[in-house]
Amino acid sequence: MIAAWQAPCSEGRTSEELLIAFDESREQRVLILPAWFDEANKMRRLTVQMMRVLDQAGIDSFLPDLPGCNESLVPLKEQSVSAWRACALAAVDHVGASHVLAIRAGALLAPPNLPGWLYAPQTGPKVLRGMIRARAIAAREAGREESAEELQELGRSEGLTLAGWSIGPQMFRELETAEPITGDMHATVEQKKIGGAGLWLRAEPGDNEEQAQALAKIVAGEGAIQQ
Amino acid sequence: MSTKPEAETDSSDATQDVSGPGLAMSRAAIDKELKSIIADVLGIDTEEAEALGDDSGLFGHLPELDSMAVAGLLTEIEDRLDIVIEDDDVDGEMLETYGGLLTFVEAKLAES
Repeated sequence: MIAAWQAPCSEGRTSEELLIAFDESREQRVLILPAWFDEANKMRRLTVQMMRVLDQAGIDSFLPDLPGCNESLVPLKEQSVSAWRACALAAVDHVGASHVLAIRAGALLAPPNLPGWLYAPQTGPKVLRGMIRARAIAAREAGREESAEELQELGRSEGLTLAGWSIGPQMFRELETAEPITGDMHATVEQKKIGGAGLWLRAEPGDNEEQAQALAKIVAGEGAIQQ
Repeated sequence: MSTKPEAETDSSDATQDVSGPGLAMSRAAIDKELKSIIADVLGIDTEEAEALGDDSGLFGHLPELDSMAVAGLLTEIEDRLDIVIEDDDVDGEMLETYGGLLTFVEAKLAES
């Protein structure tokens, strides 16, 4: 279940990153592009719970870490949307993915020519807005005033630490306009299809077996999963 | 598993649409929706959220409700109640108690 993969970095270098893999060389192989930053922690258990359900349904799935995330040795500050898009494409090749399931901001990286699902996709501007707002609230609570405009200027030129995440200037500028590149190969899965409230909303990370089952059911197709 | 996923077209379950466009929400409806959002953020039951009163403490009182969680809460309020919350609107008073937040959201909805 625990493996590694080589993610492409700048100047032809690679970085060894964690890969959670349920791999029995089965026909259906789903690449999971996880939620980002704060939401990554909140969605992690649900994501792997869902992969376990897919495994039982006879479907392989793969959850690669991207450079700069979790235990990566590469600094997050050096990452960008375009670099991560290249990593997502490399991950497709590495695992031999037949489908993609992108979660929240992970949808920004979903390769448009690989069929799959975008679960509650999030745009780049919304990702930034939430994190800038969190920083402004924290600053105000500490008795400092930081305007969103000032923070945006700083983010574009030097990068910013937002809610503890070190966002480099290229990542910041790309997030200001990044949208999922969707074609007719991707189906959007809205939360109301899953039932209950999205776990990314939670103040603290949680899990939910019913939601994991529901998401797996959509990926596997109705009837493929025995409850 | 289909090779090409079907588009999700089912829109019959419109749980988030509390009021139709142009219809003013009653105070009770705003209260209900706000409590539902807080329940989702805190991971508590609707019944527990029902116990929130005007003086119930929020930001600064609940350790799990940090700045990132509050930012998520405000974004969800914007999405579900179809309002825009400006950064200048956000202050300690509106976030400190449930009553403060409810009053703020009511005023925002009255503006729109």
